[in-house]
Order: sequence, then C-alpha cells, then structure tokens
Amino acid sequence: MMSKTATFIGMPPFPIAAKKALADSQLRGNIRNATHTIRTKRARVCAELDDFEQLRQAGADIKDDVLRNLGRYLEQVEESLTAAGATVHWARDAAEANQIVVDIARRHRVDEVVKVKSMATQEIELNTALEAAGIAAWETDLAELIVQLGNDLPSHILVPAIHRNRSEVREIFLREMGKVGMPAEADLSDEPAELAGAARRHLREKFLRAKVAVSGANFLVAETGTLVVVESEGNGRMCLTLPEVLISVVGIEKIVPAWTDLEVFLQLLPRSATGERMNPYTSTWTGVAPGDGPQEVHVVLLDNGRTQVLADQVGRQALRCIRCSACINVCPVYERTGGHAYGSVYPGPIGAILTPMLRGVGLDEQTDALPFASSLCGACYEVCPVLINIPEVLVHLREKVVDSHRGGVPGALQAAMTGASWTLAGSRRLAMLQRFAGLSGRMFGRRGLIGRMPAPLSRWTDARDLPAPPRESFRGWWARTDGGRRDAASPSGNTRNIGDKE
Amino acid sequence: MKAREEILRRVGSALVAAPDVRSTEPDGDDGIRRDYAHTRELPDRLALFVERVENYRARVIRTDPEGVVAAVAKSLAGARRTVVPSGFNPAWIPNDPGIVRDEPVLGAGDLDTVDAVLTSAVVGIAVTGTIVLDHTEGQGRRALTLVPDLHVCVVTADQIVGDVPEAISRLRSSVNKGRPLTWISGPSATVDIELKRVEGVHGPRTLRVVLVE
Repeated sequence: MMSKTATFIGMPPFPIAAKKALADSQLRGNIRNATHTIRTKRARVCAELDDFEQLRQAGADIKDDVLRNLGRYLEQVEESLTAAGATVHWARDAAEANQIVVDIARRHRVDEVVKVKSMATQEIELNTALEAAGIAAWETDLAELIVQLGNDLPSHILVPAIHRNRSEVREIFLREMGKVGMPAEADLSDEPAELAGAARRHLREKFLRAKVAVSGANFLVAETGTLVVVESEGNGRMCLTLPEVLISVVGIEKIVPAWTDLEVFLQLLPRSATGERMNPYTSTWTGVAPGDGPQEVHVVLLDNGRTQVLADQVGRQALRCIRCSACINVCPVYERTGGHAYGSVYPGPIGAILTPMLRGVGLDEQTDALPFASSLCGACYEVCPVLINIPEVLVHLREKVVDSHRGGVPGALQAAMTGASWTLAGSRRLAMLQRFAGLSGRMFGRRGLIGRMPAPLSRWTDARDLPAPPRESFRGWWARTDGGRRDAASPSGNTRNIGDKE
Repeated sequence: MKAREEILRRVGSALVAAPDVRSTEPDGDDGIRRDYAHTRELPDRLALFVERVENYRARVIRTDPEGVVAAVAKSLAGARRTVVPSGFNPAWIPNDPGIVRDEPVLGAGDLDTVDAVLTSAVVGIAVTGTIVLDHTEGQGRRALTLVPDLHVCVVTADQIVGDVPEAISRLRSSVNKGRPLTWISGPSATVDIELKRVEGVHGPRTLRVVLVE
C-alpha cells in the first residue's frame, strides 16, 4: 500500500539538496530572519496564557481520542455533514480525490477554480490534475500566488514564498500577471503594500467571476459537521463565500469530536502559527446556509496514507498535527537549509516524520533520508501545541529505514558496523586500528576535519564532516605515560601537564 | 461506496493491529484533560477589548446608546455608498442618502461598487480583540462584510466575553442552527512578503468598531 504524496520531481536526497541550499547565503538570510521573527512572537504570545501547557495537553488528548475512535467519528461526521446539506465523498488516495474534484468541476462546465491555500490539495497535487483536465486552478493566498506565478515550489507551510525577496516578487508580478489575468501596473514598486495591492486587483476579478472554489479545512467537527478555515488575508473568505460551489478536501485526521473542542484549538493554532492572539479571519460553515454563500457544498474525506500512519503505534501521534509550523520555525536544520531541501510539501521536523510515514519507508532514497535530517535537539517537541514527540518518532523511523534495507545485500553502513563489532571485540585489533587511524589522521587531518571520502565511506561523509582521528589514541597515551603519571609530552612534541600536578 | 468501506476497514485494522497504549481509560472517561481556564478573570473586560482591537490597528469608538448614530456617522466618513443589511437597528443608521439595501440581493459585481458596510455582531472577545458575526439579522450574508473596503461594526457591551472558551459556548446555538460564522480580528493582513505586515489584502482594508455601553 503506497500512497502518493507529492515529491518535488527530481529532488535529490536531503543531504545533497541541503548542501546546495547551505551555499545560498541569500536564502539562509531570508529564512533565518523569518523563523527568528515568528518564533520570538510565538514565544511572547504563548507566555501570555498561564494555562498554555494545559491547553497543549488538552489538544493532544482530544486528537488522541479522535485517532482512537476514528472509525466512529468518520461515520458521525458523514452523517452530520449530510444532514446539513453537504455531499460527502471518500478518497483512498490522491488520484481518487483529484478525480472527484475534476468531476464536480466538469459537471459545472467550468474551466477555472479559485483555491484557498491548503496543504492537503498540495499533497495530492490537485492543481496538476486540474490542469491536465483543462481546468485552471488559481491560488489566491498571496504567497501561493507568488509561488504559482513564479513557477516555483513552496518552502514553508505558513509563509511559502519566504525564500523570495520583494524585488523578486515585483519582477514575477510584472512578468506573469498579465499572462493569466489582470496585469500589474507598469510602475509597480517593490513596497510590500503595493505588491499586495497588485495581488488584490489581480485576484478580485477572479473571485467575482469564479463559480467553483476548492479549499482544505483546519478542523472538521464530527458532532455538527462544521468546517473551519483559519486565515489572514480574506482570500479564504472570498473563496468560501462568493462561488456557487465549494469543494473542501479534508484529511481524515482533521476531525475534532465536538464544537466545544474548538475552544482549545482556536487558542493553540494562531498563537503557535503566526504568534498572534488571533488570526484576522476564521470562517466556519455547516453544510449549506440558505441564501448565504455556496449552495452546493462538497467534502472529500482523504486517506492518502493517513491510515498507514495510524497503523504505526509510535508514529501515529504525527496525525495530531494542526499544521501550525511552530516546529519548523525553531528547527536549527530547517533554519539553515530552508524548506526545498526536504523535497516535500511538508518541510521541517514535522515533514521529516510525516512524509516518510505517508509515503512508506524503504521505497526511495529521498524519503528514507528524511528521518536523518535532524540533530534530535528536541526544540520541535518543546513548541508543538499538540505535544508530538518528533525526536521519538524520528528515531523510530530511522530504525524502520535501516530495517527496511536489511534482508538484501548488506549496505555499506551495515558492513561498517559489522567491521566495527569485529574490531571492538578484540583489544589488540582495536589498538592496531587506532595506530593506523592516528597515522592516517596525520596525513589528511590538517584542519581537524575529514571531508568527502571515496565510496563506500562516502555514505557517511556525504552528510557529515568527520573529525580527524587524534594523533595518539587514549590507549596509546595511557601505555606511554602510565596513565599520566610519567612525562606527558605528546608524540608530536607539545608539552602539556595531565593528571598529577604535585 | 467502495472507497468509504475501504477507508473504514483500514482504520479498523490499523487500530486493532496496534492499539493505543493509553486506550484503557476508566469507564466513560474519554481521557481528555480539560484543566485549562474556561473563563478568564479580567479587571476591565471592555478596556481590554478596545486595547486588543486597536492593537490590530482598527479604530474603536466607545459611546453610550445616544451617541451611536454620531459614532457610526464618524466611522463611515468618506464612504459614498454604504450597504446596510436588513434587521440592523434603524436607530443606529445615520440619516445619509448613500445608504443602500441588500434587497433585492446585490450581485457580487454590484457589491464591489459599494464603499462600506454597516453591521452588528453577535460576540466580541476581549483577550483576542475579535468580533464574531453569525450572519443573522443586522449582520447580513457573508459577502456583505467581505467585498466592501470599509466595515463598520457596532457591538454592545453585553456581547463582550473574556476569551475564546466563553465565545465558543455563546456561539453554540448559532452553530446548532447551521449558521456560518465569521471571526474578525482586525482588518485583513498579510506578512507574505519579507514578513512585513500589510493591512488589507482581500477583505475590508479598514475595520472600525463602535462599542455601545
């Protein structure tokens, strides 16, 4: 059972992609600035609530309850949505979900849809499927518009165009807007307010004429069939209100049991995501409201690998995720590599666990590298509003990746480990090897580091700089100085007092 | 219904094969710890509401019932045409020839030529500086408060609650009736370009609140 989760086509595995990203100082500067700004704001507004820890615990507990009883809640939400006048669809995978959306759009004979920013529709690559069916999908979130017009990839869940600076955005708008609708004014400056104004004018004609809109949802209340979209710009409200037909693609883990549960998540999400007490706009709708908004409402319940994650006892906590991106904003690895290196719509720590579980491990090199794209520092767990223990899941997935490569020809890592166990099992073998390593260390350890080594050792050094071995092993030093009691001059001539000073 | 049965089967077998280690809860207990604050003690709820709304750079005018018309007129300054939904308190509508009604229902294009919208709300939240509309009488359908560039919203002191849990509790009856809700915290905003905050993208670029005490 392999689900289709968007991989950025031709994306190299993380260590190689990361190396390229690390060399881009503009990108690193943008990302550092963005993540530090948001994380500082997050810390400030979360500290304002003296019950924030209790809210996190409640958030985790509610989501665990959903996962434990997911079958029952799915049937309940289907019933309440239907009673409210919505049509419920079920999609096992991306292809099925895309086909459902395409069929609805075709039935209404439209050649375009407007879209609210949604991770689920990015995950299933809905825009590509619509395009193949001759239907244009207009992204209406400002950052998504920048990414779409620039024929680019998102690099962050929350601020997907954070890798672009204002002059790049201006160039993209001037060059591309006219090709797909209202052009930007020729004298457009690179002031963010002016650029946002250009986006407002460009998209307004699309909002006013669109017949069909596609959204995701932040939450779906089982008890009432209420969908929730949390946003800032008002593009979500436009899409959810003006068109005649609304299709929402919702991952099955987005369910919360009861209306009351939103009192927890509507505090956790805005504070953890943008560091605001509340985001500018939150829309909730329950099926069809007569005379107000779309009169045809569809909900596509999406699996696409989520049940596979659910089957993983350790990893299933990732399904609690409310896509706030707090983990991304504190991650030292993300801060240095940016989002593209992860090769998935879900970057950063949450992506490093969610992507491999959705896709399945042991199937491709790019995915299998993701659980290793972490220093296990634990900062992500510290900020997660639903207490996902990301380091625990990372370690668990590393085991699964290694296990999945067993059984066939032993990999280089396994061969090295077998060699190590032979060496470490005998003290004379170890002493011999250390003497050799010390000598060779003198040859290539000038900067105290070993760079890229030839295969099969490159499997290790591609991703790491290896410290050069010391010139003398501890065992050698102990034998020579009688544990530091004799003259401790090192073999290279540096004199240093060690141990007994009397 | 093949996909439906298949997904429910997958969910069932995932949970049977690997049950939740914490699933053995006491009888009737859903295992959810809800020891967070359900109400907040605030020394001055209304003052905090005003401060927090103004933090989003939305202007607030506090007034007694007699002063509402003047406050509304001041808030609408500059708007040539203002749409007012049915059910809005007639005593709060300034005597202004630019008032338009949403009867018959205005098309989206017509609405786009209106400068402002004047509505009431159903709940205000002090801690987060939020106003909530359930789009019943006096608040209009959702498009009314979305397309015009200026939104003037009149809220009354009794509508202001402390924080989100109190609001959720008050809004339950609206949701049970199937009403859509719009939670508004300041004017629309974006930080998508270099994290510089820009007010006003697609929704109303200006929000003004009149608080009636």
